[in-house]
Amino acid sequence: MTATDPPSATHRAVEAVWRIESARLIAGLARLVRDVGVAEELAQDALVIALEQWPKTGVPVDPGPWLMATAKHRAIDLLRRQERFTAKLNLLGRDVEIRENAEPDVDALDDHIGDDLLRLIFTAAHPVLATEAKVALTLRLLGGLTTGEIARGFLIPETTAAQRIVRAKRTLAAAGVQFEMPTPSEMTERLSSVLGIVYLIFNEGYSATGGEDWTRPELCQEALRLGRILAGLLPDEPEVHGLVALMEIQASRLHARTDTAGHPVLLLDQDRRRWDRLLIRRGLAALDRAETLGGGVYTLQAAIAACHAKAHRPEETDWSRIAALYEVLAFVQPSPVVLLNRAVAVGMAGDPARGLELADALVAEKVLKDYPQLPAVRGELLAQFGNHAEACGEFERAAELTGNEGERSLFLKRANALRDESGHRAPQQG
Amino acid sequence: MRYMTLLRAVQPNTPPPPELMAAIMKLGEDATNAGVLLDTAGLAPSAVGAQVSVAAGSLTVIDGPFAEAKEVISYALYETRTKEEAVEWATRFMKLHLDLWPGWEGETEVRKVFGPEDFAPRS
Repeated sequence: MTATDPPSATHRAVEAVWRIESARLIAGLARLVRDVGVAEELAQDALVIALEQWPKTGVPVDPGPWLMATAKHRAIDLLRRQERFTAKLNLLGRDVEIRENAEPDVDALDDHIGDDLLRLIFTAAHPVLATEAKVALTLRLLGGLTTGEIARGFLIPETTAAQRIVRAKRTLAAAGVQFEMPTPSEMTERLSSVLGIVYLIFNEGYSATGGEDWTRPELCQEALRLGRILAGLLPDEPEVHGLVALMEIQASRLHARTDTAGHPVLLLDQDRRRWDRLLIRRGLAALDRAETLGGGVYTLQAAIAACHAKAHRPEETDWSRIAALYEVLAFVQPSPVVLLNRAVAVGMAGDPARGLELADALVAEKVLKDYPQLPAVRGELLAQFGNHAEACGEFERAAELTGNEGERSLFLKRANALRDESGHRAPQQG
Repeated sequence: MRYMTLLRAVQPNTPPPPELMAAIMKLGEDATNAGVLLDTAGLAPSAVGAQVSVAAGSLTVIDGPFAEAKEVISYALYETRTKEEAVEWATRFMKLHLDLWPGWEGETEVRKVFGPEDFAPRS
């Protein structure tokens, strides 16, 4: 980059540096000032200074350290102001604490960056926060997304996204949440909360719950990136690798999940040549690490996804293994959705009668009352028995329930095909 | 979006300085841990490679080395949100060469890998 770059090019270059550096910057600063909200503001200040100066001076050769140094200066100014303020209030204990905390840390910022990033991740997904606040704060602090980008990702107004972040920061400050790692006894639960947030972001992109688009790949990319960062920070946690494996393998199918007109294509109908072999390879490698380390529910789901990834043609799918994996998953995590998927797998593994029995047992489940996949699964199993009329009705019901336009047209297409078949076959059967 | 970076340079007569190799390993680790580096590798000299070409209506296979002065030395595959982000990683990579291998010259090409975003999703 040179000083003669047009401002827009420099602006984009600054954004690129910001994207790469912001999480580390905020994490390092948060350890200094002990408040992620303040840390983020300090980092933003450094960004504003860069946006003012770099178009004139050109992007510095070491833009990351430049931002860190600039933000550190502002942090030290802030701490000194606080110190003077505290001194005035005669709060001697706090004064000493600030001095002890701040001064030696300033030079050691870069040495702790891994720990700081982890603290930042755990703080952004802290239990005092509501789920939507965790999601927004994680994307903001770890992903370096602007409020506008978060708003577009979740189809909410930008003011709503901004408010979520402001409120989340306030909640953390009000609850006195320290910028600390969870204690060993909290670790399992806190990590599972972090992984849950990352997977939620992925799923929002993978099967958009609202709107016209079937997928929003940018959100999947953000989640994958967060997952890979976690895998680097917590290399010994099996479920981190399990989640990464699951997301890499699912993301490998992103491009095959829609046809050229943007309509959804179901797994077994996808053109497998369009699956991303690189992501499959990365996913299988991550799954291997996860299984070696011990696994868990994400690892089990990744193992199921891997059965599909390894099959070059749909008929090569190892449904028996998938059904067996679902039996284990249903034992560890007997959620209605898992039980429903088990019904599908059992049906595909050659026992549609038991599959239908398992699916029927879920009809009374309250949480599945408006879940479009339940009638869709029953419809598929009924169709396997040649009960096309009833199957057709199930798909029509699924179409009524879904909030996604692409999915609705898919269910209606299936319903219409079954209606035609039942129409043709009825006289023969009679 | 995916970007492939291709490092092209004259095959050196001496191996790269160990400090450079260490720094490149560290940068690769950083980019992997940042979740953006999907794949990377170095390529052996074209002397041990081959070229399969179609010209004047016929197919020929020629063993290396190739006639070009500069060869592809290594590649990396990044997944980033913008071109600028990939360029920033490539810049860091090249700066290591500038700082740690006096006299060395070469270039890294940053090339977008076609993705579904390059084709109109709806007809």
